[in-house]
Amino acid sequence: MGNSAELVVALAGQPNCGKSTVFNMITGGRQHVANYPGVTVDIKEGVLSSEGTRIRVADLPGTYGLSSFSNEERVARDFILHQKPHLVVNVVDTSNIKRHLYLTLQLLEMGAPVMLNLNMTDVADARGVQVDPKVLGERLGIPVVTSIASQGKGKRELRQALKASSPSKPLVIPYGDLEPFIARLKEKLAQACPEWRFPLRWSAIKLLEQDESMLQELSLCGKEGEEVGELLLSLKKEFTEQHDEAPEEHIAFSRHLAAKELAQGCVITTKKTAKTLTDRIDSLVLNKALSLFWLAGVIYLLYELAIVKGYELTAYTWPYLAAFRSWVASLLPPAFFYSEPLFRALTLSVVDAVLSVLNYVPIFLILFACIAILEDSGYMPRMAFILDRLFRRFGLHGQSTLPLILGGVFVGGCAVPGVMATRVISDEQARLATILVVPLMNCMAKIPLYTLLVNVYFTDHKGLAMFFISTITIIVALMVAKILTLTVLRSKERSPFVMEMPPYHLPTLFGVGSRTVERTWLFVKKVGTIIMLVAIVIYGLTTFPGLSENERQGFESREQALKNSFLQEIEENPAGKPFMNDSSAIDALLTYWDSYQNGIKQVRSKEAKKAFLEEYRRKNPDFFAVVLPGRNTDAKAVQKAFKVLVSERGSLQRSYKEEVISSSLLGRLGILLEPVTRWAGFDWKVNVSLLSALAAKENTVATLGALYQPEEGQEGAALEERMSSQAKGFTQLHALALMIFMALYPPCIATLIMVRLEAGKNGTRWMLLSLIFPICLGFLFASGIFTLGSLFSLTGLQAMGIFYILALLGALIFSRIEPRDDTPLAEGR
Amino acid sequence: MRLNELSPGTKAFVKKVHARGMISQRLRDFGFFPGVEVEVLRCSPLKDPVEFLVESNFISIRHEEAHCVEVTE
Repeated sequence: MGNSAELVVALAGQPNCGKSTVFNMITGGRQHVANYPGVTVDIKEGVLSSEGTRIRVADLPGTYGLSSFSNEERVARDFILHQKPHLVVNVVDTSNIKRHLYLTLQLLEMGAPVMLNLNMTDVADARGVQVDPKVLGERLGIPVVTSIASQGKGKRELRQALKASSPSKPLVIPYGDLEPFIARLKEKLAQACPEWRFPLRWSAIKLLEQDESMLQELSLCGKEGEEVGELLLSLKKEFTEQHDEAPEEHIAFSRHLAAKELAQGCVITTKKTAKTLTDRIDSLVLNKALSLFWLAGVIYLLYELAIVKGYELTAYTWPYLAAFRSWVASLLPPAFFYSEPLFRALTLSVVDAVLSVLNYVPIFLILFACIAILEDSGYMPRMAFILDRLFRRFGLHGQSTLPLILGGVFVGGCAVPGVMATRVISDEQARLATILVVPLMNCMAKIPLYTLLVNVYFTDHKGLAMFFISTITIIVALMVAKILTLTVLRSKERSPFVMEMPPYHLPTLFGVGSRTVERTWLFVKKVGTIIMLVAIVIYGLTTFPGLSENERQGFESREQALKNSFLQEIEENPAGKPFMNDSSAIDALLTYWDSYQNGIKQVRSKEAKKAFLEEYRRKNPDFFAVVLPGRNTDAKAVQKAFKVLVSERGSLQRSYKEEVISSSLLGRLGILLEPVTRWAGFDWKVNVSLLSALAAKENTVATLGALYQPEEGQEGAALEERMSSQAKGFTQLHALALMIFMALYPPCIATLIMVRLEAGKNGTRWMLLSLIFPICLGFLFASGIFTLGSLFSLTGLQAMGIFYILALLGALIFSRIEPRDDTPLAEGR
Repeated sequence: MRLNELSPGTKAFVKKVHARGMISQRLRDFGFFPGVEVEVLRCSPLKDPVEFLVESNFISIRHEEAHCVEVTE
């Protein structure tokens, strides 16, 4: 760091000062810009070089002050104290300079080498606020540079100024009546702890402010430190008694006065705007009667654009992914008669898993763009403002609104961006509660199973059943949130709800675009790689240990029988000649057929088709005659026999697959669990499909499809028909229990990773909790519905109604419970 | 009088913040100091929280927290 060829520069500023835009401007890099207080919790870095000097720019979290009350403030302050940047660029919103100078003064007070960046001067001009940078610079004794980062103005000046230095002599703010106390404490500190590594006056002030980090430093000083601590206590007591004011109040007030005086000296207000544009917009957007209407409109638009339109887009992108799969399949060793080579099956299952994630990319691009627009425009805090009261009753927070919407409050969301969006929630308790209940929402992957069950078992009440499933989840989630905050989250830190409503901004294309790409890429990278691993594991669990020798021989003889009957059929036929003397010819023909089928699907144009057919004709004229016999009656007869063979082979393949799954580890587990899951009405087939859904819920229906094989005469029947005809004992009540279980199904692997990441400390434990409690809760509800429903011989519809009413009542009761230690926040801390 | 007792459209001056720790810190960050003028802009459609204008900052606060701020007209 001390290397002369490399300089470290830190960007500090309050939320909504345009700091991230400044960061983007000077580094030219991609960076998060959010018009929401305190989005950047991590420190992001960008590198630029200027005439042989490498400059590392660190974007500190936006903070209002530099106390150590919040995580962001601690992070920002520690960076300046310990990394000792060469320069701290303090970005301020010129239109609101007085408040922003409050931070500037604190930076200067701790002796940081500060350069002031008066940003957003265009907004200030519009509001009639003019700041004289020269006067301000002289009074503070530091360099001042102006900019309009949103328009890229001031880029050159700022980049040049980064190399220059700034005096790092601590600024002295007069604290009036507190001065003698500061002096006494400073003296004692110098004497007791000679090794003290921070500026003394600043440390004394911080101690009087009851700053936790500074008190911790003191405790490291041993016995002498304790003496300082004792003096501190008596000084605080003395001052409070004399002035009827705590030292920290006095300190903050003095800083406020200093900032005010400073601002008065260099700010000229040319016009007095009574109502700003933001206020006028707010009187519409937050209007009592209309606000809920706007909110519903925004949510509707979000669903319509991202989920509905995004889903339509996947219809255009899917063929490309499918072509990729076919291409991979054509490279792999061909399938056997009824089974597949291990390498082929494994590779294809991994490819399928990754493609199922990539298939969602259009949806995610739109979704992340919408979120970025919401963030940058400034509407997010308004959403929190509108719904805070409702959510607070259940231990959540106004800021939980967006995560829940993204998770799929109604139908069709995704928990991954939902969990990612919890980052903005300032209240730790509510943030964790939100992380844990977002996966209970109805994500897109749960929908295929709902559709399947509703179509089969609630044919006459489809609308009602879908309404039930899309509203029951939020009711249950609210209850769960309350239960969590009353139990495991009880001791988590709560924060006061004091939230800035930033001015409305027009989002910029660059800001929205870069963040959309960045977040989508993060999702694909993180989730894609994990999904690959999981796909391999699931493949292993549903394949091994495999069939016994006996069972395998059974399949072999069935294979032989099918081949024999094919040969018998074409015995006398001249077109069948190539197959009669060569035992491997049938297998070769099947491989030829598979690759022909695979290839013809990709052919788009007429010319391509011609070339494709020509290629296959050249490859093997005999086989080609069987596949496309034309007018040749002999070949037609062979084709007919071959089609029978292909179809028979298909059922053999499927029954082999079913056999393998049921004897696999996962299948055995499903059977093993059956006695327990009977209470919820799940048989082993349902168990296996639910277990395989742990990797991704899309698997449920696919596995059910593999387990409910078409029977005689049912070839080509949809899974709906197969289920209703084969699963005889499966009633509406079974379906309801299964739907409830799916609604409360634990998060998929991708979400679990996000939970672990976003939960922060003890992330793994929260991840495990978010895995286990939905299983227990879902099973409890499902078995309650099924067992009691069977006992009173209720129909699924009746049970649904009763459960809904009970859940509503439960939610109502829970909303009334006041947390026990709900001491008014005010005096409590 | 406390800040949460004011109705939308009225203005008042901060007299004292009766709070400690994080909440008083937050209120101070947004400019709730003695002598500063506060305007009550509007309540949320569900009544709580309330939006205030404090020295050109738009701040929303719950009743619970607004109760800590003593004001005079």
